[in-house]
Amino acid sequence: MTSQLPAFIILLPLTAAFGAFFAGWWFRKAVYPLVVGVLGLCVLLAGGILHAVFDHGSLRYFLGGWPPPVGIELHVDSLGAFMLTLVSSLSLLAAIYAKPSVETELADRVALFWSLYLLLTTGMLGILITGDVFNLFVLLEVASLSGYALVGIGRGQALLASFRYLIIGTIGASFYLIGIGYLYAVTGSLNMVDLGRLLPPLYGTRAVQAAFIFILTGFAIKIALFPLHAWQPDAYTYAPSGISVLIASAMAKTSLYALIRLLFAVFTVDFITVYRPLFNFLGWMAALSMIAGSIFAIRQRNFKRMLAYSSVANVGYIVLAIALVPATLQGLAPALVHILNHAVIKACMFMAAGAFIYRFDRWDIGEFTGLGRRMPWTSFALLLAILAMIGMPPSAGFVTKWYLVLAIIEAKQYPMVAAVFFSTLLMIVYFWRVVEIIYVRPERSPVPTAVRVEEVPLSMRVPCVALGIATFAIGPVWMAGILTPVVTAVNTAFGLGGQAP
Amino acid sequence: MEALWEQILTKANYWMTIALMMVGLYAMITKRNLVKKIIGMNILQTAVILMFISIGAKRGATIPILKHGDAAAAHAPRAVDYINPLPHVLMLTAIVVAVSTLGVALALAVKIYQQNGTLDEADILARQVPRSHEGGP
Repeated sequence: MTSQLPAFIILLPLTAAFGAFFAGWWFRKAVYPLVVGVLGLCVLLAGGILHAVFDHGSLRYFLGGWPPPVGIELHVDSLGAFMLTLVSSLSLLAAIYAKPSVETELADRVALFWSLYLLLTTGMLGILITGDVFNLFVLLEVASLSGYALVGIGRGQALLASFRYLIIGTIGASFYLIGIGYLYAVTGSLNMVDLGRLLPPLYGTRAVQAAFIFILTGFAIKIALFPLHAWQPDAYTYAPSGISVLIASAMAKTSLYALIRLLFAVFTVDFITVYRPLFNFLGWMAALSMIAGSIFAIRQRNFKRMLAYSSVANVGYIVLAIALVPATLQGLAPALVHILNHAVIKACMFMAAGAFIYRFDRWDIGEFTGLGRRMPWTSFALLLAILAMIGMPPSAGFVTKWYLVLAIIEAKQYPMVAAVFFSTLLMIVYFWRVVEIIYVRPERSPVPTAVRVEEVPLSMRVPCVALGIATFAIGPVWMAGILTPVVTAVNTAFGLGGQAP
Repeated sequence: MEALWEQILTKANYWMTIALMMVGLYAMITKRNLVKKIIGMNILQTAVILMFISIGAKRGATIPILKHGDAAAAHAPRAVDYINPLPHVLMLTAIVVAVSTLGVALALAVKIYQQNGTLDEADILARQVPRSHEGGP
């Protein structure tokens, strides 16, 4: 039974996506319960998979009974199981959160929205469980195409933003496909485990080097690393609130997972050790991303756009952690820590941003005056997330920076420490401005004597506050070492490092 | 010069792939008309598809269909006699992906045209009322 869990976790949302589409014709009321029910089941399944992976090692399911390398394999290792739990929970929370805003914005097309939403979730969960590089491409496109359509639903310039996202995203996907083509041409295999075994004797060949560059560039576009981030701020800004939450937290992390899987399972750490200068270059790009993203964020007046640029900076943190892997004993620990932390923090922030738009139609940071008293719960959650992002001690962001700086010092790349601190300073500049306006600056006119509390509906508030509290709860969880087995298992699976937090 | 010609002729399929890719990328980057960008995107995807197909080709090989019946079981298939079918199968899927992408892109282009009355990217950006929150790159 447990060996079939990976198949169920994509079959369920996939069939439900069609179910939601048809339910939209006949039982309009059944659509939303179906979506939440299915996503809830996915969370349970992901929990079951996580449990099974830690009891019996990685789950491998051969589709159609064809063993690899001939058949397509679903392969969930500890990293995949960890990400499955994260992504399915975020999808569920974002679905609960999105309900009120979707119903007001898209009156008669709600069923289509949820159908696409489930397809996006299917694509993301599929990326996390597949063990085949071509299958990964297809699922990446399933997720991306639903993502383009969902971004296009938004207001303002959403259509053009979505179009640009599509054009640039397709370039990224095509680069990845070319990379796979080269790998297939030299090895004749598409299975990740098999490729990892066949590639070492071929590390010196041009085809493998070119494949590496194409795959790296393709994913750099998908994760919006600094010079290739142009699509991302528009897409995050104009997407409907619920979709901003999902693509900024879960979708971005899924692409990062795919990059990590390709780098460490297909190319392995030995390849990276051979081409260290290239990896150091990646580290410098990440540092540039951290600083440039923060500088652009300072210039923004639109809150969602500022968060989008902040995501560019934070992807820089994760990529820097990945680039340091061959030089430290911590392996992927700092990267994993920040993938979880940033997903939770950014989801909470985008939920707060969406709540401000839903209740008061305010997206300009300058207009946020008085929100601290009008929307106390949402503002408090946002405050917690901002403190966690800046890195106040027991919070999630503090743990990230702690492990990242330790890794940098271990790798003896001291300029990077300066980059981390500088980008943190810039973060304080642009996030503290928001806190100041929400809580301190008085409302212009008229000065209300008794401010009415006008909170968003409970279904929007609860996920937001829950994630806000989680940003501080995760810090102690990491420090207490509750998630250490996950990190250790991931590092062992990829043959990295030794220590874990 | 001789060596270069040999490079080009023996690896003609790869050169063609790269040339097509560059055409596609050029159109996607420089054209202002959204439909031309879509055409560029399609050329890029086709270049990748053709590259995969050319990987599977072999000199003097035939299509990989085994005839059932009479003596089929007698002579076991020799791999060298058949072109590699796997890239073709992969590309069937990639074509489906490319067509879906094209569909979404055209749908977006239609919507953009309905909203703005033009498909020229610069015109669309100029038509949008400059709003303060859109500052920055």
